[in-house]
Amino acid sequence: MAVDVRVIERSDLSALLVALREAGYEVIAPVPGDGSIDYDVVTGDGERPAGFSDEQGPGAYRLKMCDHELLFDFAAGASSWKKFLFPPSLTLFSAQRRQRSFEVLPGTADPPPRAFLGVRACDLAAIDIQDKIFLGGAFVDPSYRQRRKDVFIVAVNCTRAGGSCFCASMGTGPRVSAGFDLALTELKIGERHCFTAEPGSDRGEAVLARLGSPPAGPALEAEARSASARCAASMARQMVTDGLRDLLVQNQEHPRWRDVASRCLACANCTLVCPTCFCATVQDVTDLAGERAERIRVWDSCFSAEHSHLHGASVRRTTRSRYRQWMTHKLAYWIDQFGTSGCVGCGRCITWCPAGIDITEEAAAIRAGGATTTAPNSGG
Amino acid sequence: MEATAAASRVVSAPENPPNPWIPRRFRVAARKQETSDTFSIELADAGGEEHEGFSFRPGQFNMLYAFGVGESAISISGDPAAGGQPVHTIRVVGTVTRALGALRRGDVLGVRGPFGSAWPVEEAAGRDVIVVAGGIGLAPLRPALHQLFADRARFGRITLLYGARTPRDLLFGDDLDRWSRRRNTGVQVIVDVAGPSWHGNVGVVTSLFKRVHIDGPDTVALICGPEVMMRFTAVELLQREVPIDAIHVSLERNMKCATGFCGHCQYGPAFVCKDGPVFPFARVKPWFMVREL
Repeated sequence: MAVDVRVIERSDLSALLVALREAGYEVIAPVPGDGSIDYDVVTGDGERPAGFSDEQGPGAYRLKMCDHELLFDFAAGASSWKKFLFPPSLTLFSAQRRQRSFEVLPGTADPPPRAFLGVRACDLAAIDIQDKIFLGGAFVDPSYRQRRKDVFIVAVNCTRAGGSCFCASMGTGPRVSAGFDLALTELKIGERHCFTAEPGSDRGEAVLARLGSPPAGPALEAEARSASARCAASMARQMVTDGLRDLLVQNQEHPRWRDVASRCLACANCTLVCPTCFCATVQDVTDLAGERAERIRVWDSCFSAEHSHLHGASVRRTTRSRYRQWMTHKLAYWIDQFGTSGCVGCGRCITWCPAGIDITEEAAAIRAGGATTTAPNSGG
Repeated sequence: MEATAAASRVVSAPENPPNPWIPRRFRVAARKQETSDTFSIELADAGGEEHEGFSFRPGQFNMLYAFGVGESAISISGDPAAGGQPVHTIRVVGTVTRALGALRRGDVLGVRGPFGSAWPVEEAAGRDVIVVAGGIGLAPLRPALHQLFADRARFGRITLLYGARTPRDLLFGDDLDRWSRRRNTGVQVIVDVAGPSWHGNVGVVTSLFKRVHIDGPDTVALICGPEVMMRFTAVELLQREVPIDAIHVSLERNMKCATGFCGHCQYGPAFVCKDGPVFPFARVKPWFMVREL
């Protein structure tokens, strides 16, 4: 069945947000905050801040205002949707001491159903990857499932590549292909500012019907597709993925690991901004009397010494081994574990690295050779 | 439009999945000080609505929660046939194990599990078995030994090589005595550092290989101890023509969840918590030689 693509005029976009709220969703959308694009709950009339754009590159991010009045002219910011589905801090349970025993009490309450407005193709791929981690195995994470199951996803196809983006080479963007309820493409053609709106589910179709959006027509649909294509073509950065898994697995002792370790601060920024990194630790806290306890799950990073702590020492003592673990897991072992790369090409780890380390450049350097190979497949 | 793959994964996840983060409560039914720094506790279901028994396979582990202090991954060291009352043998190495060590008979702790893979005891039927343990590594092997001796006639020669730091650190002395008197069984013990009253072997556990005969091609090997010890043990076994597929090791890594969510136990392509802790040696061999993996 051909998908019936509609058009939503710029002036009607707030009606979409209001319609989502009326359908029972708490709407979360991009907002400028702390010098970067963040995501927050939309209140009021649903009107969105206009004219924001960004400049990005290794270790660099500038939010800027433009005259174009576009609503989605920025690439990925420091935040990702991960924080709503896999919260940075979540109380797993509380416990109350009862003499020599204790009672287990509920942890963090589940939020209301949410609509995510402005999910880019890279981030949609990231959500799909985290679904595999938290829902796809023998165990299901109940808080992730609760947060995930009702999410209404309004994707936005990218029409401008950010300076750190490389989604096209990872095969995840810049245009979404599945996993959304609605997919918008922002277009400005002469004086007309509008969005093509493609339904991806019955729920998405129902919202468009409610808005009474007219068909976009072949010309607008073609323009939306070519805007995505231009974006893909303009993407300067790329990851060469051919044979990348084996390349990394066979180069555990490559001199580049030492080289990157001399620049890496092991600050964990890359893992925190990454939309697929899922490491977490658990903190135990009690009240002063020791009567009430909580177990709190918080994001963790494989760049910390504590991450590999075992019997009073770290297995990964050096930054070299931690960077190798992060990148090899992300680009190689992830494929063994989840059938997909752990990288979606959003470029956040490049932008937010204070040392400007570029994962595509590091992978290319290992591909370029210079190895003193101690390949796991030949060693031992 | 049909549901997307992502949506179907959400839908296909069970409606009310058991929450793997929530512990069951167990009461300390018995406590035994094994050595100066190691103790065993036997746990009984603390009852109430949670009462659902407990069964496990040799080699699996539990996450033990000390109220307000934290959780630790601890292998199960008791007899799998005993049923319902898991036993854990714990060496005090940090805050959580210290808190677990302070529990007395009647105190309640949290238990999640059992988790992980098991020793392939069935695979050893009709064949010889060699068990090599270093230190506290004997604890996760003990359920397998119980199972082997409970069904003694089904297995060929059973050899146990066990190394500890000093004679005072030797665990399960009664078991060692009992097992050594079983038919067609060899038990060899060695210590790193001896005292004046020790008349036994001194050295590393692999030096015991010269004291035993191994019919390599027809032997299944189960190994647990420090990684360096397992590495050298595997070399000895391979030299004696034990097939690489018949060698099994139990690995240890930091764990916070035991369910593949927390990322701490990454070991190359494997999660130690759910793909292990017991691995066929052939599967982990490529990564065994990589330092700081």
